[in-house]
Amino acid sequence: MRVTTAKPVIRLRDVHRRYPGRPPVRALDGVSLSVAPGELVAIVGPSGSGKSTLLNILGTLDRADAGEVRIDGRDVATLSDKQLSALRAHRIGFVFQQFFLSPGVTALDNVADGLLYTGLSLRERRRRAARTLARVGLADRTHHRPNELSGGQRQRAAVARALVGRPSFLLADEPTGALDSASGAAVLKLLHELHDGGTTVIVITHDHGVAAELPRQVHILDGRIESDETLEPAQGGSYGTGGDAGPEVPPSRRSRPLAEWSEGGDAV
Amino acid sequence: MSRPTDVVSARSRLRPRDTVRVAFSGLRARPLRAVLSALGIAVGIAAMVAVVGISASSREQVNQQLDALGTNLLTVAPSQSFVSEAQLPQESVDMVARLDDVTSVSAVGIVPDAAVYRSDEIDPNQTNAIAVSAARTDLLDTVSATVASGRWLDDVLSAFPVVVLGSETAELLGISRTDGEVQVWLGGEWFTVAGVLDPVPLAPELDTSALIGWPAAESLLGFDGAPTTVYQRVAEGAIDEVRTLLPATVDPAAPEEVAVSRPSDALAAQAATDETLTTLLLALGGVALLVGGIGVANTMVIAVLERRSEVGLRRALGATRAHIRRQFLGESVLLAALGGGGGALLGGAATAAFASSREWPFALPVWVLAGAAGATIVVGALAGAYPAARAARMPPTAALSAV
Repeated sequence: MRVTTAKPVIRLRDVHRRYPGRPPVRALDGVSLSVAPGELVAIVGPSGSGKSTLLNILGTLDRADAGEVRIDGRDVATLSDKQLSALRAHRIGFVFQQFFLSPGVTALDNVADGLLYTGLSLRERRRRAARTLARVGLADRTHHRPNELSGGQRQRAAVARALVGRPSFLLADEPTGALDSASGAAVLKLLHELHDGGTTVIVITHDHGVAAELPRQVHILDGRIESDETLEPAQGGSYGTGGDAGPEVPPSRRSRPLAEWSEGGDAV
Repeated sequence: MSRPTDVVSARSRLRPRDTVRVAFSGLRARPLRAVLSALGIAVGIAAMVAVVGISASSREQVNQQLDALGTNLLTVAPSQSFVSEAQLPQESVDMVARLDDVTSVSAVGIVPDAAVYRSDEIDPNQTNAIAVSAARTDLLDTVSATVASGRWLDDVLSAFPVVVLGSETAELLGISRTDGEVQVWLGGEWFTVAGVLDPVPLAPELDTSALIGWPAAESLLGFDGAPTTVYQRVAEGAIDEVRTLLPATVDPAAPEEVAVSRPSDALAAQAATDETLTTLLLALGGVALLVGGIGVANTMVIAVLERRSEVGLRRALGATRAHIRRQFLGESVLLAALGGGGGALLGGAATAAFASSREWPFALPVWVLAGAAGATIVVGALAGAYPAARAARMPPTAALSAV
C-alpha cells in the first residue's frame, strides 16, 4: 500500500489503441506516462498524432486495447462502465475547447452541473458552484448566461465546472483553442494559479506556444511519446513562483528518462 | 486534498428530482418544437376525452330525464301481429285499475278512419299520418305530459268538439294559437284547438296525435269506446309482477294478443345504441394518439442526433448510461404528458361547450382523465424508448467528437 501523495494520479503502461479500418489506425502505439499529484503537464502533438485518443483514455471515455491504465490508483480495465462514470463524476474534471456550456442557463447553474451526477442537492451544488466561480474570478458573473460572457469568461466558467467537484485532476482539451490570445493567456494564467494551489492539470494541445508555458511537456507523434521534458521553473517565470507546487512532487522526479516506464518497473 | 480514495464507494448518482429537471430543460431549450410535437398527442387525447365526455353527458341527460319521468310506466297495447281491429276490451281500464300495485291508469283509443286537416279545403289524402285519438282526462298525469300552451281537456270540454294537439301535430298543421280562435277540420267536423302539448318522452306516439275528449269521440265521430293503449303507473317494487299480470287482466279472453312494454327501457336502449358510435370515435381518437406518439418519437430521435455533444458532456461529467437513458425517456414522457394535459383540457372544454349547447348536464368520468394520463405516459415511454436507448448506447467519445 502506497502513501496517497506518492501515488501517481495517472499511470499508463504500454498502452495501445487501434481503430478498425484499412489499414487499421494505430492511434496509440505503446504509450507509457505517469503524472504525479500537483503536476501541470502539456501533452503536445499535431493533429492525427493520437493526442485526442490519449485524452479519451486519460478521461476514461475510451478504453485501451492493450496495456495498463491506472487512474487515481485504479486499474481502469477492471472497472465497469458504471464505475467509470463514478470515477468521472468524482475524480476527473473536463475542460473542452468549445466550453460546452448550456446556453439558456446561468453561469452558476452551468458550474453546478459539474456536480449533477454526484447526488448532491441543488442547493449544495449551487453553494459550491458560487464558491468555485469566485475562485476563477467570476464572482460578479454568477447570474449571467453564457451569451452574456466573453470567450475567456466562458472558458473560465467551464474550468470552474470542471473544478467544482474537487477532482484528482483537470483534463483540458485545447482550452485556449477557441480564444483570442489575450483570453487564452488569461485562461492559462488561471490554470497556473490552480496548479500553484496544488491542482493536477493536464493540458492537451497542438500549440507549442501554449505548451512552452507549462513546466512539463510530453510530445506525442504517430501514437508514440517522442519526448517528455520537465523544465525547472524559471525564476520569476510566466507561470508564477512555482515554489508552492512542489511539496507533493519529489525533486528526483523532476527530470526522468522515458525508458523508466517502458520497462514497467514498480519504482514509484 | 483530503477526500475518500475509494472510487467504488462514491457512486455516480442523479437524484430523481434532477432527472425531471434535466428532462425539462431539454424541452425548454426548443419550446416551439416541444409544443408542436405535444400538439399531436393533444389532438388524440382531446378527441378521446371529448368523445367519452359527450357520450357520458348524453347518458347523464337520459338518466336525469328518466329520474324526472319515472321508470314505472307500463304501456299495454294490442300485439303487433294483430293488425286489423287492433283494440283492447272496453272494460280493460277498469280491470287494470283494480290491480293492487297500479297507482294510476289512463288510456287513449284511436278513432278509426278519422283524420285531421288544417281546413276542409285540404286534399283528404294529406293526413300527415296524424292519429286522431280519444283521450281520458287523467292521461297527462299518468304519462307525465305537460301542456306547452292553452289547456288540457277536462270533463266539460271532453264532451265538446275541442282538440288538444301533440307537439309534432301542431307543427305539421302550423298551429301555434291556442286561444280558442283556431279550428281544425277533424273527422268531418270543426274542432276548436284548446291546447298544445310538450313532447312526451315516455309516450312519443302522443306527439303525432290529435287528442279529443272520450265522450265527444263517441257522440260526434262514432267511436266505439275501445282503448288502443292503456297507460299505468305501477309501484316501484311490483313492476315485474304487474307486468306478468297485465295481459290476462286486460284481455282475459286472449292474453297472448296483448303486448306490455316499458317505455323507459326504450329510452335507455337508445342511449346504449350510442355506445357503438362512441367506440368507433374512441378508436379514431386512438389512431390520432398513435400518430401523435409517432411524432414524439420522431422529435426524440432528432433530439438525440442533435445533442450528441450534450450526451458526451454529460458522460464526461459522470452520467451513467442509465442516467442518459432516463433523461431522454423522461423528456419523452414529459412531452407526451404536456400534450395529454393540454388535450384533456381541450376535450373537457369541447364536452362542456357541446353539453351546454344541447342543454345537457356536463359529465366527465374521472376514469377518462386517469385513462388519458395513463395513455400519455405509456405513449411517451414507448415513443422515447428507442431514442433513449440509442442515446445511452452512444460511446462518449463519439458524442464529443461529433462537434
